Amino acid sequence: MRSTIEQQQNRAAWIFVLPALSLIGLFFFVPVLGGLVLSLTDFDIYAIGSPDTARFVAFDNYRKIFADHLFWKALGNTFTNVLIGAPLSVLVSLGAALLVSAKGVRLPALFRSIYFAPVVTTLVAVAIVWRYLYHPKYGLIDMGLGWLGLPPIDWLGDPHWAMPAIILMAVWKNFGYNMIIFIAGLQSVPQELYEAAEVDGANAWQRFRHVTLPSLGPTLLFVGVMTMIGNFQLFAEPYVMTQGGPVRATTSVVLLMYEEGFRWWRMGMAAALAFVLFVITAIGTLIQMRLQRGRG
Amino acid sequence: MKRTFLLHLALIGLALLTLTPLLWMVSASFMPAGDANSVPPPLWPRRATLAHYVELFTRLNLARNFANSLLVAVSATFISLITNSLAGYAFAKLRFRGRDRIFALLLGALVIPAQVGMLPLFLLLKSMGLVNTMVGAIVPGMASIFGIFMIRQYALSIPNDLLDAARVDGAGEFRIFSSIVVPVIKPILVTLAAFTFLMMWNDFMWPLIILSDDAKYTLPVALANLSGEHVQDTELMMAGSVLTILPVMIVFVALQRAYIRGIMAGSVKG
Repeated sequence: MRSTIEQQQNRAAWIFVLPALSLIGLFFFVPVLGGLVLSLTDFDIYAIGSPDTARFVAFDNYRKIFADHLFWKALGNTFTNVLIGAPLSVLVSLGAALLVSAKGVRLPALFRSIYFAPVVTTLVAVAIVWRYLYHPKYGLIDMGLGWLGLPPIDWLGDPHWAMPAIILMAVWKNFGYNMIIFIAGLQSVPQELYEAAEVDGANAWQRFRHVTLPSLGPTLLFVGVMTMIGNFQLFAEPYVMTQGGPVRATTSVVLLMYEEGFRWWRMGMAAALAFVLFVITAIGTLIQMRLQRGRG
Repeated sequence: MKRTFLLHLALIGLALLTLTPLLWMVSASFMPAGDANSVPPPLWPRRATLAHYVELFTRLNLARNFANSLLVAVSATFISLITNSLAGYAFAKLRFRGRDRIFALLLGALVIPAQVGMLPLFLLLKSMGLVNTMVGAIVPGMASIFGIFMIRQYALSIPNDLLDAARVDGAGEFRIFSSIVVPVIKPILVTLAAFTFLMMWNDFMWPLIILSDDAKYTLPVALANLSGEHVQDTELMMAGSVLTILPVMIVFVALQRAYIRGIMAGSVKG
């Protein structure tokens, strides 16, 4: 009796998980493994018509990638987005969360919703909006700079400013997401800790440094890792706003992969690029976990 | 007193910075053609016109792209609700061989960027004849590891006694799922629905890859395409952006609490 119930449950369970697992298996795990194989071939536009023309070339694609200065340029741009964009984004998120959670704030839910609004918007649409905001002559941003007495900047036309422009736009788009996570984290900091710190005569900065920050440790690690992974995958912003220019100043690794794979149909090459990015992301995640574990 | 004043000044300042791009987008979409390109850039339309919205739906035929986006987002939402809730519940509450190992494998795979599988997935779908079809666009949204994870975390709190009592009464596992489990996990199903809809509606890279003609494009792809041809038509592009963003804004306002709960649920795994 017992065993038949168990058998029944076992069978039912498999029927429950089968649809999801076969979809994920077929459309995610198989392609990921296939990508590894693909990256070791010279699969190109001819192979799309007749796949048997693709040949095994071992690590040729990887060798070519590391010898290509465009790859290093794209990697540099991607790292700019990760090393400057991600921390900036996390800082703004934390600042907004602290503001919204501060004592005595009227209508915190309203401010929270406003800050969150850009998160749900469609990236392509807002990237187009920002392209016009960044216009050196008709854009609101340079008008704002003018009010502050600053000279106009050709944001998307100047190779030095194009990457910062994309980073600023991405911070605006994304900070609300991490803000929500920080607000939840702040709510779980025990109130007694603040009271005790106040009794000990700690000022606002000391309370933040010695109570808030340590309590937020795990949240910071999570937010940091997720934001970094997301920033490694920069694609739609440069695709829509700059097409990777000017002079390749905003070409990211994923944009390069897209061009290799779907513009020039060099799929072996593109698959190798995807794996290089994957390995770099994984290493970045490990380093960040080490760093923050060590500190916390 | 002074502290509260400064605090609200900062809050309002940040709110203005956050809203300005969106408000300007709406405002410019009503400006007569060419007006947005003046010095200094106007904040409000001199006189409001609906001409650009009319053009989007007539000459540019964006209604069909809107319909495509709706089709993709709605069907992926429905399919993923079914697949993810069945699997998530099974991982939480049913005993089967290999359960924990499979679940660990799924969680580990969360770190693999989606782009890694995109090229072979394209070739796979090509061999299945699904390139440039709506089914091809929906494929990546039909089940998700994140969705399974979200449902599982929620379903863990269902008391075993409740399920066992139903089993003693002779209810089959499917009966138990549909009449006991689904009502209990309803809140997280709403969350997952909001997430999937927004993700599929806003997605750009995959539909850009898999769809290849104007009539099949989802709205974001059609919009990106349009923005290449109409660089100078600021007001028209703003109307297109409003059209693209409006549905997700409505879904967000309607399901805001469920959506925010989902973000918090996602952060628990850290």
